[in-house]
Amino acid sequence: MGLSKLNGLYREVILDYANHPRNKGELASTTNAMTLHNPTCGDTINLQVEVADNKIKNIAYTGDGCTISQASASMMTEAVKGKTTDEALAMAKTFSDMAIGKKHDDADLDKLGDAQILTSIMEFPARIKCATLSWWALQRALLKDDKEENDNE
Amino acid sequence: MVNKIDDVQQDFPILNQRVNDERLAYLDNAATAQRPRQVIAALTNFYETDNANVHRGVHTLAERATKDYETARQKVQKFINAPSADEIIFTKGCTDSLNLVAATYGEENVHEDDEIVISVMEHHSNLIPWQQLAARKHATLKYIELTEDGELDMADAKEKITDKTKIVAITHASNVLGTVTPLKELADLAHQHGAVIVGDGAQAVPHMPVDVQALDVDFYAFSGHKMMSPMGIGVLYGKADLLRAMPPYQYGGEMIAAVHRDQSSWADIPFKFEAGTQNIAGAVGLGAAIDYLTSLGMANVQQHEQALVDYVLPKLLAIPDLVVYGPHDPAKHTGVIAFNLKGLHPHDVATALDMDGVAVRAGHHCAQPLMETLNLTATARASFYLYNTKEDADQLIKAINETKEFFKIGTI
Repeated sequence: MGLSKLNGLYREVILDYANHPRNKGELASTTNAMTLHNPTCGDTINLQVEVADNKIKNIAYTGDGCTISQASASMMTEAVKGKTTDEALAMAKTFSDMAIGKKHDDADLDKLGDAQILTSIMEFPARIKCATLSWWALQRALLKDDKEENDNE
Repeated sequence: MVNKIDDVQQDFPILNQRVNDERLAYLDNAATAQRPRQVIAALTNFYETDNANVHRGVHTLAERATKDYETARQKVQKFINAPSADEIIFTKGCTDSLNLVAATYGEENVHEDDEIVISVMEHHSNLIPWQQLAARKHATLKYIELTEDGELDMADAKEKITDKTKIVAITHASNVLGTVTPLKELADLAHQHGAVIVGDGAQAVPHMPVDVQALDVDFYAFSGHKMMSPMGIGVLYGKADLLRAMPPYQYGGEMIAAVHRDQSSWADIPFKFEAGTQNIAGAVGLGAAIDYLTSLGMANVQQHEQALVDYVLPKLLAIPDLVVYGPHDPAKHTGVIAFNLKGLHPHDVATALDMDGVAVRAGHHCAQPLMETLNLTATARASFYLYNTKEDADQLIKAINETKEFFKIGTI
């Protein structure tokens, strides 16, 4: 098989997001924040969100990780910027469901924008967590779920 | 019985398969080794003919199972040249062995302001038990640093080990850097200061001859699964006088002499430390793995792996944009080789290599303080064992080059 199967996972658009990350950095004003780690590989995401009038006015992340986790964080911030928190939480749920193979209709998937390309992650079970980490961070930041980070499984 | 190390592949059914339509090159041996037919057969034989609980039955199967279990203990004793089989305690694994020492010897002998000395290259299993013991006792945990080359800095060891030191706990072989530590020298140093030394042999016992008397270690821990036996069995060797003076680790059946309503007394070693029904089949499997290794000869195993390192390390070092951690001199490097491709996360590397049938590990290898010291978050790691071949090494090199090509490393 060789590396040809990798084309499904590392599509050009994914590599582009990883190599030219969007919204990477820190916000001047933050209302919601979350740091999550992937304990198996040491990936980290620090997510900062500025919520105003129930809308995501600004969002940024810093962190370190593999191509998939960086691309996913980059895509996630692009997808949710300007959305209401409810919309963003629904998108996070769609993405998490999608990553574990649960079906959603096309309308839900379309809302994810470029991020839906990462459905290809399902073919690489060991890498699903890389893609979902930033969406979990978003969920927990918006819900202000800052309880002790004890299980990212 | 196989006697030639060059023909061992046929003993490992699992190696004879294709992964992602490619020949499997299993290079994740530092995480766990594969099992030969001989070990699998010993397990089948135990369950089909001898299975019973040990030490507490008078019937024939119980006697046979007891004999199997105690024979395994004697095999371990002989394999690491322990003075007596009573000094061999069966545990769940290396982590369990190290926790046992921290929770018993450590709990009784480490007090406020005492020091525990470990190194920055320790696996979490030989780090957290001491870190937590030090915290409980208000003792100080000190780290021996590394040389530029990734070897233990013995000058620093001489600084760090003092008369306040009660325990020195050091890996015998690094699970990341591929270095072997001078455990005997460290033991002498510890003993000069009245401390005991604990050796973590998880990455050493499967790969080289180990003689606990020659090393003069007080405790020595290792896992079965990294040396081709089942998971869930491990060993703690301890000097008899130390073990006898230590309190039990866990309480329950098997570990007692007599139990009354308000008090109990403990069995002699090693049973004092083996509460509850033990992993009898695991011990039998470990015994079979030791037979297998002994039939090959540990010197031959070490020589075979060294020849592979001599072959593959220069090839890795010659790849542009690839960084190898630990010594670059093959003579100083074990078959554990951690590396990174510049500009690509090791997780991406491992996924790509897997597509080419090459199984490697990527991550922090349960050695986060070492990663911090090296200023890394993670590395890829290829680790070789006795059944690996030059073909595996070539497959690794080819896959790395294809990975570079795919991600266009060095061209942008």
